[in-house]
Amino acid sequence: MGSELALYPRLAWSRVRGQVEYRLSFVLMLVGYFAATVADFLAIWVIFLHLPLLAGWTLGEVAFLYGTSYVSFKLADMVVGHLDVLPTLVRSGSLDTLLTRPLGSLFQVITIDFGLRHVGAIAQAVCVLAVACVTAGVPWDAARVAMMPVTILSGTVIFASIWVLGASTVFWTMGNGLEVMNTFTYGGNQMANFPINIYAGWLRRLIAYVVPLAFVTYFPSLYLLAKEDPLGSPGILRFASPLVALGCVAAARFAWGQGIRHYQSTGS
Amino acid sequence: MRLYWEVFRHGFRRYASYRAATVAGLFTNTVFGFLRAYVLVALFAATATVGGYDLSDALTYVFLGQGMIMTVYMWSWWEIALAIRSGDIVTDLSRPFDYQSYWLAQDLGRACYHAVFRGIPPFLVGALVFDLRLPGSPLTWLLFVASVAVAVCVSFGLRFIVNLAAFWLLDYRGVGAISTACGTFLSGFVVPIAFFPGWLAAIAHALPFRGMIQVPIDVFLEKERGWALVGVLVVQLAWAAALFAAGRLLLGAARRRVVVQGG
Repeated sequence: MGSELALYPRLAWSRVRGQVEYRLSFVLMLVGYFAATVADFLAIWVIFLHLPLLAGWTLGEVAFLYGTSYVSFKLADMVVGHLDVLPTLVRSGSLDTLLTRPLGSLFQVITIDFGLRHVGAIAQAVCVLAVACVTAGVPWDAARVAMMPVTILSGTVIFASIWVLGASTVFWTMGNGLEVMNTFTYGGNQMANFPINIYAGWLRRLIAYVVPLAFVTYFPSLYLLAKEDPLGSPGILRFASPLVALGCVAAARFAWGQGIRHYQSTGS
Repeated sequence: MRLYWEVFRHGFRRYASYRAATVAGLFTNTVFGFLRAYVLVALFAATATVGGYDLSDALTYVFLGQGMIMTVYMWSWWEIALAIRSGDIVTDLSRPFDYQSYWLAQDLGRACYHAVFRGIPPFLVGALVFDLRLPGSPLTWLLFVASVAVAVCVSFGLRFIVNLAAFWLLDYRGVGAISTACGTFLSGFVVPIAFFPGWLAAIAHALPFRGMIQVPIDVFLEKERGWALVGVLVVQLAWAAALFAAGRLLLGAARRRVVVQGG
């Protein structure tokens, strides 16, 4: 575990070097990812042209939710988003090579790539978040300043764990239907971009509590924005995100471990 | 002509063989439909109409749009770009058929499959929960089907051009991401163009993207009538033709660039 942490920056750096080799393509890719995610925010802005408050939330506040969720989501995407190559590794038998090496299998799959291109999307989300930090009316104090990185980090860990959990199903399904995972990763981000009190109860329970996306941004943002919860949840939930994130990591590790144990090579 | 008919059928069957992917994709498209729908429910809780849409129009728009994602194939289709990168394009171009028509035929076959198996189900599930609108007149249904077919051609025309960019750029993903972003937003997929502020709506109206999503949906919702409707459909068709022609010119230019690495 310790040696893997030390090795990660070196491996990630080697992946990054390969990507920036074709400079024009890489710059276009960053611009593309920036533009693609600006469109997501434009949609929110267009909605607010027609009303002052969306279910009790101002544009600044929704931008704050959007910014925190998007930064967390894209950081996770950058580190583990390429787990969707796992079905290919399993079907081609390349996973067996990884299993013979003296390093964790999950670690090796994750270090196959490093999604530097997502920096374009992260930059966009950071811009929105920076403006929202000023316009959303956050009553800044020392505790809230400290809470910001904790929120982003917890959110990133929750998203990354969902990715690992989803990818672990590959060992049972051979990758059939892995697209369902998009519902919880991309769909989770889409959901967390808006205050969850706009969603119907059944949907809220499915994607916000079963998959704990409400802890990515909604609950901590209630504290940061000093807002009453329209859903009337207990105040303690506002500080529960780091614990929930740890729980997600444990669940993801367990699922991956079971998956690897269940895995039978496709080779002959 | 016989060849393209076979290619069309092959396009249909090719996608029909991935059943698990179809079910998984349907699940995702449908859940996203609900996520988007509740944002609009919250919007229309504050105001009765926006840009001539009421809540029922807006919800119909969302679930039609979710069904059109795969039918029109807005996102990530890189078969030609990948063939350019691997060099397979050389053999493909030397085959005795029209390269662009070949891909159009196969794409229309694919679109038929996706229209039935990815297009209709999200709408039906959405209709179980929400009050969605259905056109009353049979003519509207007919025009809607025609407009969706043209939407596939507009989308194909754009995708063909973006794929050919791989001849000039080694990595197609940057251009791809930009065109996807423009397509997603300016087609009216994320938010109907009628909700846009005037200047942004003017930009969207001047570009081909709305032919992929907004035009067929507005036909379905009967937002345009009489000569205005004819005008919108003619412009959509003209864009499809113009993009096809532009793709042809670009392919001609690219052909002159291809250098076969002998060995």
